[in-house]
Amino acid sequence: MEKGKGVMGSGRRWAVDFSDNSTAPSSRDIPDPPGFTRASVDQDDSTVSRQKKDAESNWKAQKAWEVAQAPFKNLLMMGFMMWMAGNTVHLFSIGITFSALWQPISALQGVGKVFDPYKDSKVELLGPKLLFIALNLGGLALGVWKLNTLGLLPTHASDWVSSLPPAQEVEYSGGGIPL
Amino acid sequence: MAIRSFFVPFLLFVLCFYSSLCPVLSLYEDQVGLMDWHQQYIGKVKQAVFSTQKTGRRRVIVSTEENVIASLDLRHGEIFWRHLLGSNDVIDGIDIGLGKYVITLSSGGSILRSWNLPDGQLVWESFLQGPKQSKSFLLVPTNLKTEKDNEIVVFSNGRLHAVSCIDGEVLWKKDFEAESFEVQQVIKPPGSDLIYVVGFAASSQFEMYQINARNGELLKHESATLSSGFLREVSLVSSETIVALDSTGSILLTISFQNGEISFQQTPISNLYEDSAGPAVIIPSSVPGIFAIKTNAITIFIRVIGEGKLEVVEKTNHETAVSDALPISEGEQAFALIQHAGGEMHLAVKLAHDWDSNLLKESIKMDQQRGLVHKVFINNYIRTDRSHGFRVLIVMEDHSLLLLQQGLIVWSREDGLASIIDVTTSELPLERDGVSVAKVEHNLFEWLEGHMLKLKGTLMLASPEDVAAIQSMRLKSSEKSKMTRDHNGFRKLLVVLTRAGKLFALHTGDGRIVWSHLLRSLHKSEACQSPIGLNLYQWQVPHHHAMDENPSVLVVSRCGPSSDAPGVLSFVDTYTGKELSSLSLAHAATQVIPLPYTDSTEQRLHLLIDSDKHAHLYPKTSEALNIFKREFSNIYWYSVEGHNGIIKGHALKCKCTGKVADEFCFDTRELWSVVFPSESEKIIATVTRKLNEVVHTQAKVIADQDVMYKYISKNVLFVATVAPKGSGEIGSVTPEESWLVAYLIDTVTGRILHRVTHHGAQGPVHAVFSENWVVYHYFNLRAHRYEMSVIEIYDQSRADNKDVWKLVLGKHNLTSPISLFSRPEVITKSQSYFFTHSVKAIAVTSTAKGITSKQLLIGTIGDQVLALDKRFLDPRRSVNPTQAEKEEGIIPLTDSLPIIPQSYVTHALRVEGLRGIVTVPAKLESTTLVFAHGVDLFFTQLAPSRTYDSLTEDFNYALLLITIVALVAAIFVTWRLSERKELQEKWR
Repeated sequence: MEKGKGVMGSGRRWAVDFSDNSTAPSSRDIPDPPGFTRASVDQDDSTVSRQKKDAESNWKAQKAWEVAQAPFKNLLMMGFMMWMAGNTVHLFSIGITFSALWQPISALQGVGKVFDPYKDSKVELLGPKLLFIALNLGGLALGVWKLNTLGLLPTHASDWVSSLPPAQEVEYSGGGIPL
Repeated sequence: MAIRSFFVPFLLFVLCFYSSLCPVLSLYEDQVGLMDWHQQYIGKVKQAVFSTQKTGRRRVIVSTEENVIASLDLRHGEIFWRHLLGSNDVIDGIDIGLGKYVITLSSGGSILRSWNLPDGQLVWESFLQGPKQSKSFLLVPTNLKTEKDNEIVVFSNGRLHAVSCIDGEVLWKKDFEAESFEVQQVIKPPGSDLIYVVGFAASSQFEMYQINARNGELLKHESATLSSGFLREVSLVSSETIVALDSTGSILLTISFQNGEISFQQTPISNLYEDSAGPAVIIPSSVPGIFAIKTNAITIFIRVIGEGKLEVVEKTNHETAVSDALPISEGEQAFALIQHAGGEMHLAVKLAHDWDSNLLKESIKMDQQRGLVHKVFINNYIRTDRSHGFRVLIVMEDHSLLLLQQGLIVWSREDGLASIIDVTTSELPLERDGVSVAKVEHNLFEWLEGHMLKLKGTLMLASPEDVAAIQSMRLKSSEKSKMTRDHNGFRKLLVVLTRAGKLFALHTGDGRIVWSHLLRSLHKSEACQSPIGLNLYQWQVPHHHAMDENPSVLVVSRCGPSSDAPGVLSFVDTYTGKELSSLSLAHAATQVIPLPYTDSTEQRLHLLIDSDKHAHLYPKTSEALNIFKREFSNIYWYSVEGHNGIIKGHALKCKCTGKVADEFCFDTRELWSVVFPSESEKIIATVTRKLNEVVHTQAKVIADQDVMYKYISKNVLFVATVAPKGSGEIGSVTPEESWLVAYLIDTVTGRILHRVTHHGAQGPVHAVFSENWVVYHYFNLRAHRYEMSVIEIYDQSRADNKDVWKLVLGKHNLTSPISLFSRPEVITKSQSYFFTHSVKAIAVTSTAKGITSKQLLIGTIGDQVLALDKRFLDPRRSVNPTQAEKEEGIIPLTDSLPIIPQSYVTHALRVEGLRGIVTVPAKLESTTLVFAHGVDLFFTQLAPSRTYDSLTEDFNYALLLITIVALVAAIFVTWRLSERKELQEKWR
């Protein structure tokens, strides 16, 4: 499946890539035509592009905050599902609890990826990231709390002694009614 | 079960899932016989009557020492029908009346019953009473016919009865009330209407009564006195002559009472046989004209020639057995004589009046393991050439029953297995390369064919023939009857000791006898006159090291019935059934204590206590002695003296002194004693935990993650005592004068841990002790119902171990060894429930690691085994359990224990005369093996929490395989398809 993707990308039969960002002419096979200088391409409308860039970074920052808040909805929904699942161990509650644990963990693993599209030198991503992490940790805590209410966490003495073998006795006595 | 614990939820989850799949614990109809087997026996035959009419099937009616009357097929030895009378209803005599009724006399001659010969249905029953105890005799004379009726003559309880054969009505009766009169024979001479009742009075007087058989009128009464007195045994040599011995056993008395005139004839045995020394005994027989006496292991056959003259016809020092006489034609009577000579058995059939010629003489090679012939019964048939043929039914020393015909053993029955004394188990040999112990395995084609059939069955495509084939395949699976150890530990050997002193090894897969061995040490010998087998112990169970050794069992027996008779030990290899060695002990063996220590060859150390309270260590090796000395101060023993109501605890002291002294003998001293007041309490039951029981955990997790610590000790004894008045039968006392007291006693220190009194309760008490609980069954006189109680013991001194961090870091002393001399603080919880059945035996399931929940196995009065979940006997049950308790699995309290028909382990079968239930853990944790024995044997596998750790036997591997193959194929095909489609897309 992977093989076809590069070519077939968006259903085109063939394509020529006109955009070229490389600045060093030596990296290209064909030399630049005479009179063409690469450096002066966007110097003309620098103010327009700066405005554009500002708008884009604003938009990115806004989006990043939105993404960072997304787990909150998830949290609410999880809470509702957990309430629905009840406190007894069965297939449904175990499934929900494990998904409630898994989702934040996988989200935390992919923090970088989630905020990758909004990476910009001008955008401050620390705030959204922290919020994202905090909310996911909250989700994880909810999952652990649910696990505990299900009685699946070893927080009681009973969990540690339930497989303790009986103590050995020093003395031994046998006998009974004579044969 | 700890629902809330961390480690088990998944297991539990699987369990829940499983239980929702199969809501019923019982078997399906087609699962019967897959894992269980049932064998029917009758016991040692006492008396046999042949019924070989021309019409109808040939059969033999037998009565046995297990109180069974049975009708056996003469061709194959199978049971047509069988009735087990109660243990207090001993059969005195059987006969056939009118050719279609089986008449039995039982209960010391007081119950006369008639059974229909073809199907064994009870026709009538009569109770015969009399003035006093006496021997009882049953005669069914053929010539006392009145119209269509036949008269049965019964002498019992000092009274002579004539009973109608049709309806059991007593026609007439005659009392013999004379104080000292002891009846010896009741004789009905053929062809006359007279009955002779002869016997002794006051040990030196011979009495003869002549009675009219038609109306019971006393015709004549004669008596004669002989100064030298009589021995009790008499032999009938003709219808009017008997032979007896005088009180010294050296003079033969021929007593004839022809025409009512008594005449004696005295013949000293030394006249007949010069070398006679010591007293003789008469061998009871009823061959006309001939009788046999035995003196100094020599059997002498003596003929009576007219007028009391005696003549020796044969002397033999071989073991012999003689049958009763069988009339074969007018005036001719035949009898069978069996003699042992070496490994062979000689059978001779002779005519009564002609000793020297034989009608039949055969030699039969007999298995040494069957021992000597104990009884012979003879029957004849007419051959096609109109000559007489004979078939002989013999009862051997090991209680087996064989039919001999034309020099061959036609069939044999191992009826010794009807009287099992003790059971133990042994592992089978390991499967090794090059050791061919099993049958040839299935080849691949057969395997596939079998699974295809199963698949058809699963998909409901199988025809009725296929279904039958599937069923027979399941039942005859060679897998379960292989002679090697299996992974799950289902295949084992059941080693059983029978009353005849024979050891049998039964295969748990199909119940067949792998080997049998008549113990030499249980043979009668000069040194040991009446040996009795007592118990079986596992002597050597090799597992870790010493794998090359074969496992062996220890058989403890005793020379004679008294407890101070010297003991005999025999060691038997359980793979081969060979007796490795046997030891005749110089001391008695009143108690055998298997110690929890083994030596380097995995031989278990045993302590034998003799009647002088010396302890003897076995095996007598220095290694064993060293191990024993290390643990010397920690070994105690206790004795329960039921007759005087004392339980005593003892400790070992020092090497013994005296005549039996050697370095393996130790003196003991009394440490403590518990004396029950004899006027108010009498010990009726004691029970301890099984030595090999495994307990998984000491904690019991209860609702809300709380923990209770079980008091688990191997040294707790449960004792039940009742009021002496109430030790009789149920209903013999009023509730006010009867009580039952249950004690839990520590057998090391003698401390009474718990005591509870049940007022208005009465025995018999059946109890079982496991882990930290005891369950016992008794009768409640006030409620007129049986009751079961449970006591659970918990250790309160450990209860404050509740700090999680200490437990996580292991900073607790819960698993460190404890001494019983440190005072335990125990609390008990108990509860009682009504139970419908009276009980013959109680056992509890045992599993390899003790994780699986337990079931009680209750042998009911109907000879079935009922499995009852221990959860029903939980003292924490309450009428309205809280939500948390419900989650824990606590059942709401009801006043009686439920009997769920599906939970009968024996399903539709009955284990007649049920005496004991033995449970053995399999290697698979979920499964326990159950062996129930009585007159019948029954074996099955049980999974109290269902088989959560293995696939079921009928799991369809073929279906799984086909599904996997189909899935792989589908994946491959779809991959190819998608690839092709992609290529086409690219070219578009």
